[in-house]
Amino acid sequence: MNFEFADELLAVRDGARSFLAKNAPTAAVRRVLDGEAPYDAATWRAIGELGWLGAAIPEELGGSGLGHEGLCVLAEEIGAAVAAIPFTSACMAAEAILLAGDAEQQRALLPGLATGETIFCLALAEGPGNPHPRAVKAEVRGGRLTGTKWPVADGGIADRAVVVAGDADGGIGLFLVELAGPGVTRTALESLDPTRNQARLDFAGAPALPLPAARGWAAVEAVLERSAVPIAFEQIGGARACLDMARDFAMERHAFGRPIASFQAIKHKLVDIYVANELARSNCYYAAWALGADAPDLSTAAAAARVSATEAFHLASKENIQVHGGMGFTWAADCHLYYRRAKLLSLMLGGAPWWKDRLVTRLELTNADQGA
Amino acid sequence: MDFADTPGEAEFRAEAAAFLERHAEPLTGANAVIRGRVPDEELLRRAREWQALKAEAGFAAITWAPEHGGRGGTPMEQVIYAQEEARFAVPRGVYEIGLGMCVPTVITHGTPDQHARHVAPAVRGEEIWCQLFSEPAAGSDVAGLRTRAVKDGEDWVINGQKIWTSGAHYADWGLLLARTDPHAAKHAGLTMFVIPMRAPGVEVRRIKQVAGTSNFNEVFFTDLRVPDSARVGAVGAGWKVGLTTLMNERLTVGGSVGTDFDEVFAFVRDLDTEDGPAIRNPAVRERLAEWYVRSRGLKYTRFRTITRLSRGQTPGPESSIGKLVTAGKMQEIASFALDLQGAAGVVTDRAVAPMGALFQETLLSAPGLRIAGGTDEIMRNIIAERVLGLPGDVRVDRDRPFSEIPAGKR
Ligand SMILES: Cc1cc2nc3c(=O)[nH]c(=O)nc-3n(C[C@H](O)[C@H](O)[C@H](O)COP(=O)(O)OP(=O)(O)OC[C@H]3O[C@@H](n4cnc5c(N)ncnc54)[C@H](O)[C@@H]3O)c2cc1C
Repeated sequence: MNFEFADELLAVRDGARSFLAKNAPTAAVRRVLDGEAPYDAATWRAIGELGWLGAAIPEELGGSGLGHEGLCVLAEEIGAAVAAIPFTSACMAAEAILLAGDAEQQRALLPGLATGETIFCLALAEGPGNPHPRAVKAEVRGGRLTGTKWPVADGGIADRAVVVAGDADGGIGLFLVELAGPGVTRTALESLDPTRNQARLDFAGAPALPLPAARGWAAVEAVLERSAVPIAFEQIGGARACLDMARDFAMERHAFGRPIASFQAIKHKLVDIYVANELARSNCYYAAWALGADAPDLSTAAAAARVSATEAFHLASKENIQVHGGMGFTWAADCHLYYRRAKLLSLMLGGAPWWKDRLVTRLELTNADQGA
Repeated sequence: MDFADTPGEAEFRAEAAAFLERHAEPLTGANAVIRGRVPDEELLRRAREWQALKAEAGFAAITWAPEHGGRGGTPMEQVIYAQEEARFAVPRGVYEIGLGMCVPTVITHGTPDQHARHVAPAVRGEEIWCQLFSEPAAGSDVAGLRTRAVKDGEDWVINGQKIWTSGAHYADWGLLLARTDPHAAKHAGLTMFVIPMRAPGVEVRRIKQVAGTSNFNEVFFTDLRVPDSARVGAVGAGWKVGLTTLMNERLTVGGSVGTDFDEVFAFVRDLDTEDGPAIRNPAVRERLAEWYVRSRGLKYTRFRTITRLSRGQTPGPESSIGKLVTAGKMQEIASFALDLQGAAGVVTDRAVAPMGALFQETLLSAPGLRIAGGTDEIMRNIIAERVLGLPGDVRVDRDRPFSEIPAGKR
């Protein structure tokens, strides 16, 4: 048994950690938070050059060929740094294009995605509610897209969108739309996590090209599932950072003549975070393996990673504020960056109850298979 | 990442599986050979027979050196054997304390004579051990124990009381932690002994537990006389010796039987409600998902531990969370499964209660798992201090002579 990332990937992870610590400190995230920049372009460019965005993209399509496990270890570091970059959207778009794009589209689109030159977004939601085929009202007729998508993560900064819409056959498909092209109106939306752009996209006959190789709601689900894995790594990265912050603060802060880290209420709280983080990490490792190996239980593994990582980041980010006391409730302390990001990441692929339900559905199906 | 055995591991696994298939029945859930499910006499008899078989086949003490009757195998082989054995209905709950905790302590700290006397019979299952640490006034704070051992010529004379001693009523030997110097600081005045449980001067009284069964006991010592050769480790070194036992305990506890995800999943798929099977209920689904990820999280955490073992490294901090998570989850699952049974949830009659009253029985046994082998709170303290490096508790009793430390009323 070898249930650990390969040594090369661990080296990639360590390199990423020190790179981000030096080049993407929270000061850079704060420039986006404070509205001085729409995203952290310098970090985006740099990680594009380093090949992180193309980790799961084959080399012949412009990727760095590190594989999905490589993407996952990088995602953890990006999550730990709460980087203000459209990374999550890039993961989702890459999965969509790898799954549903034809060979020519993959050759045309993926190299730009991998370098970060083209920013992508995935446009699925049409208002409140978790992903559902009946909630998709946008439609493409004669190559033109009409409808409204909101919120679209990174919709305000993306060059291209992968849009989920109804097609002429009454089915659902994935379509590619140039956001600078005709028939597209973008409206910025204020959001809980201003370090990641959110927009409303109105399409009035915008030219839309189908990604023809996979269709139907199943294709949408596959994209969500496959991207849920690296995103779960972002979540455990964030949760890890929160535990580190809370621990460091608790060791230094004194009250009643002793470090607050010596109070049992604080110690046990940190242990509960640690336990949730470890359980989530282990579920994530398994999902990374399942994604890389295209294992038959990928759906289950991805949902389990998603559920436990969401839970862990939620716990860690809220209790990190609690450990910091009044300081934790300030704009100046970094705690809220993680609190905001935790909620964003837990919502953008569908909320926790939705994933829990999917997980149980998967388990019912597998069990029925085994019974048969 | 891969989940395959190395060729050597695969060979060992095949050998273990072949042994088990030849001698044991596959576990079905209904045929578990554990306390409460089979009568005590039968459990002991079958456990003895099974232990002898295992010893003969070389699976009873896999990691111990050959001179201690072991196989000289690796921790990885121990894990593989345990994985394989978990699929079979073999007797459990009799030898774990001896072979998992007490005898390893004797091996680490005992004399060659003690090794020669105790190890082989324990491995073959001829002698059963119990752990005599906890006392009425010393559980979590076990170093606060009061049972006295006083030197008298070449012998030690022991007086005092232990409590919560699992299996004392059928054990042959006990590993006893006693106070030899009440004027030294608390941890410095302790010494470890091996004592014969059937000697005059040892009285065992059963204690009835929450579930109505009795597996732990009170043990009274009245002028029990043992030779100095019964001492394990130096006089005053008892705390250090005892830590070896406790470390092993935390690896041993947690393998106990109760309800986990698979049981509750099977149950809610079968349970009929007004709206169809209970599994259709969103509240049920939400809980199922939470238990599944905790259960799998632990399983894959064990995989991470095994990976380290397989590479010859020591397990990392991730291995410390098992008992804490398992015990709480088990209690929650049992309680929720009963909630779904409505008024019938109170019925413990195995003939009529769903799944042979498994959930009812677990409701009553789970509290013990949260206490035995280090309470939930003590486990959190340990993880906080050893894993996260947080400061220890403020100790008001640390450097005072034991005799001057105030005692509580309970
Ligand atoms: C089923 C079972 C089998 C057992 N078998 C054996 C055995 O074979 N041999 C043996 O020696 N012992 C055995 N024990 C005893 C067990 O080790 C003790 O019960 C346990 O260590 C707790 O000690 P206590 O009962 O004295 O409770 P206490 O230590 O008095 O604890 C009472 C409460 O106070 C809390 N508490 C205590 N100290 C702290 C602290 N520092 N910080 C926070 N909270 C604290 C505890 O968590 C608990 O909630 C067994 C117990 C059980 C339940």
